[in-house]
Amino acid sequence: MRFEVKIEVLPREGIANPEGSTIERTLPALGFETAGDVRVGKVIRLHVEADSADAARAIVEDMCDRFLSNPVIEDAIVEVLTA
Amino acid sequence: MSRRVGVIRFPGTNCEFDTVDAINELGGEAKVLWHGDSDLGDIDAIVIPGGFAHGDYLRCGAIARFSPIMDAVSTFARNGGSVLGICNGFQVLTEAGLLPGALQKNAGLKFLCRMEQIQFASTANVVGLGASTGDLLNIPINHFEGNYVCAKETLKQLEEENRIVFRYTDNPNGSIGDIAGISNKRGNVVGMMPHPERATSMLLGSNDGSSLLQSLLSTERAPSTNEHVVSTHDERI
Repeated sequence: MRFEVKIEVLPREGIANPEGSTIERTLPALGFETAGDVRVGKVIRLHVEADSADAARAIVEDMCDRFLSNPVIEDAIVEVLTA
Repeated sequence: MSRRVGVIRFPGTNCEFDTVDAINELGGEAKVLWHGDSDLGDIDAIVIPGGFAHGDYLRCGAIARFSPIMDAVSTFARNGGSVLGICNGFQVLTEAGLLPGALQKNAGLKFLCRMEQIQFASTANVVGLGASTGDLLNIPINHFEGNYVCAKETLKQLEEENRIVFRYTDNPNGSIGDIAGISNKRGNVVGMMPHPERATSMLLGSNDGSSLLQSLLSTERAPSTNEHVVSTHDERI
């Protein structure tokens, strides 16, 4: 089966995120005074062939661990979207 | 004496010719090696120079480890060959699992291009020949992602195994332990953010980088062992 998978790669807590902090500092200029904890990462979408959603997730988590994210500085959140 | 130095060029590398010139000025014989080749040829040492290998897509240095030449670089390193990664080359070495940790964005969130003072914390490596612990050097940095980070246990291990090569005297980028450069356990693989090839003449403001490159040219190959010093992935965790 073919699964669509979304991967969010975000800097881990404590890791500098200049894009996020710049946006956070800028939002009040437009009156958005209540926003905080802005973090900018990246989204990777891909299709994967697997026997089940769990198998698809396992494949993509392996990809994240070995290539798509760097566990020293990033967290990867894997979401299997559709079968 | 290791005279023949291979300087690896990936798409996006931009410091290869500075490095070649600096090495040749010191009496070495440097040549540029293309990342797509799988053979290093007849060389005694490798430099992975600065730049933006593969556009730094995904993460700095992340794609470079898939370049055909990196298998040869890993084998060369495992056999005790001298490997120096400078700036982006340091990032490539961490992503390739040849050195632990990672380089994150500078703590001040600014790109930094300026002279920095660094201090030898260990000389038991390929750039430390003739140097003493505590020696001070002026060498420029030129990076946005130069803030070295690693797990606490890794930092402890680096300290215990005498693998912190350089520390900044006035930390410019937030690096853990003021780290500017590290080595692998045997000392034959070194990664550093400052650019020694840009500090090879007083016309450039400093010639303190010359001694590091001279050391690279002079170092005998570390004895080959079967010790599994190069893991493909685990080093970075």
